Amino acid sequence: MRTNPDRVVIRLDNVMRVYRVGVERIHALDGVNLELRENEYVAVMGPSGSGKSTLMNVLGCLDRVTGGRYELDGQDTTGMGDASLARVRNERIGFVFQSFELLSRSNALRNVEMPLIYSRDGWWSRRKRATQMLHRVGLGDRIKHRPNQLSGGEKQRVAIARALICNPSILLADEPTGNLDSKTSEDILALFDQLHAEGQTIILVTHEESVARHAKRIIRMKDGRIFTDLSSDEDQARRVELTPLLGKVTK
Amino acid sequence: MKTVLTIPLIFFRLLYQSVYLALGQIWVNKMRSVLTTLGIVIGVASVTAVIAALTGLKAKILTQVETLGTNTIFISPRTPDHGRFQHAGWWQVRFRPEQMDGLLDHCPCVGVLSRVGGVGWRTVKYGEQSVDRVEIQGIEPDFHKIEHRPVILGRVFSPIDDMDVRQVCLIDPKLRDKLRLDHDCIGETVRIGYHAFRIIGVIESRPQMNFGDSSQERYEVFVPFKTLEKLGEPFMWAMATGKSAETLEEAQAEIRFFLRRTRGMRPGELDNFRVESLQSALDTFNKIAVIVTLVAGGIVGISLLVGGVGIMNIMLVSVSERTREIGLRKAVGAKRSAILTQFMIESVTLCFVGGLVGVGFGQLLTMAIANIPQVKLDLAHIPLWAIGLSFSFAGFVGIIFGMVPAIKAAMLDPIEALRHE
Repeated sequence: MRTNPDRVVIRLDNVMRVYRVGVERIHALDGVNLELRENEYVAVMGPSGSGKSTLMNVLGCLDRVTGGRYELDGQDTTGMGDASLARVRNERIGFVFQSFELLSRSNALRNVEMPLIYSRDGWWSRRKRATQMLHRVGLGDRIKHRPNQLSGGEKQRVAIARALICNPSILLADEPTGNLDSKTSEDILALFDQLHAEGQTIILVTHEESVARHAKRIIRMKDGRIFTDLSSDEDQARRVELTPLLGKVTK
Repeated sequence: MKTVLTIPLIFFRLLYQSVYLALGQIWVNKMRSVLTTLGIVIGVASVTAVIAALTGLKAKILTQVETLGTNTIFISPRTPDHGRFQHAGWWQVRFRPEQMDGLLDHCPCVGVLSRVGGVGWRTVKYGEQSVDRVEIQGIEPDFHKIEHRPVILGRVFSPIDDMDVRQVCLIDPKLRDKLRLDHDCIGETVRIGYHAFRIIGVIESRPQMNFGDSSQERYEVFVPFKTLEKLGEPFMWAMATGKSAETLEEAQAEIRFFLRRTRGMRPGELDNFRVESLQSALDTFNKIAVIVTLVAGGIVGISLLVGGVGIMNIMLVSVSERTREIGLRKAVGAKRSAILTQFMIESVTLCFVGGLVGVGFGQLLTMAIANIPQVKLDLAHIPLWAIGLSFSFAGFVGIIFGMVPAIKAAMLDPIEALRHE
């Protein structure tokens, strides 16, 4: 994959997301500014309620901002309707979830090709593409297996293949190793590293420092704002200084 | 070109995928699907069976009408509901031959008339052979102009046969074979009771159309009307034709007026005879058929309604069970319309499967009806339009009752849906 490290994939400009709970207004995102270039590998960290889930939903076009501006691939998504957002999700974003979210009655191949049903093209070659993608994540011999015949790590690989099938601009992974043991987690993270090396832009949400270490850039959030946005090495260096401010980060 | 084709292509894809998914869902939840579609199955099965039976009945009746012609008028005695003849036996209200003398001169719209007499079943013998339960009927020569039953062999009755009270007869081919007569049996003599009758012709058998007692073969012998009196006091009725179909009702009115006079009816008294045309009988049948269809339609409507509510219920369950799946589909780019389409197609597919099973059961029911020997509905079959109708109704139910669950699924918020336990 040819990449252009200067191309901006994501630009958040003073993004607000306000929920109303009764008369109270909760600022889940309170003025977030962020710029992400192609082939970056970012981990988003923060305690519960820091706004990282909301940030993920906004980045994934599942949620709409209530203020500010969100540009994806140079395209403003702020005023888009449901149908256009669905198309953006289909073509530009790949989701990986903590609990895999595979269709239990469909085999690996059908799970992976599922997003192509909703895409403009690629439907006719869906078998071929899904097979290739399964080979790429190392599941070439598990194509006809159903989720209940697969281990946790294999399930997450299927989910990653599904996220990548439409060649997304960003891969959004929400606690991808949260349901896996440490050995399997390492395998999955190695796969992310490999994908990053191949040029994929990745955003990872995690609680775990060890997982975040795989990313090249670490964003720490608190109270709906970005608290620090440092390279992995810098973050590591300032860890001692940061920990008391962020509260208990590791679960 | 590409853009023109994109939308139908996406729809086709969704259709294919949704039908595939829906069939998968049905297969996985076999028991649930069977119970859910039961209402549809019963509704469709009963409507197709009823329509098939009616079609069979109609086909039967139409065959009969073809032999008799819709232009035919039947005149027969009856006891009225009240009045002088209320408790009269058939003897008192019976026709006497002279009551119809001169009828044609007074009824300008009536074409031909034939008195018909019956003396019930008799035994017919030929040599050593004997056949019981043969229907002996006396007819006038004009009978041949009314009933379209050709004389296959020999000749028809002539006015001379009647005037001279000749002991001649026409027999039907089944009786000829049963009596082991030669194929060309003209001139042979058969005995009915103590009387000998010379066969002058073979008349085509009547198409089978007797409901109920049909296990026994029917044999017929025709003799001249006047000759019949030798065999006993006949029960008399008559057949006539109108000069044209348009004046059929006038013809009936004329006959009624004439007979009231010759039978000495007082003004205001109810008729002690009936004058009916096959057309009016056919109209009556059609009315009954419509009523039966409507009643059946009502039952079907209710069972489809019940079935539809079942479908809606199961689809709501399905939506709630598959909330996370819906969330996922939305996350990977399914639009609201795609989710809507998927669930609509699922409910329509469910209904179509129910309809298919229903038509199958309807076919079995029809075959069962057709094979009951007493009923004689062997012509019963499900017409294509009934199958089409059943399927459109099933599809309609699927669309109507699938709407609410599908909208519910389509409107789900993907974030909420993915958080659903």
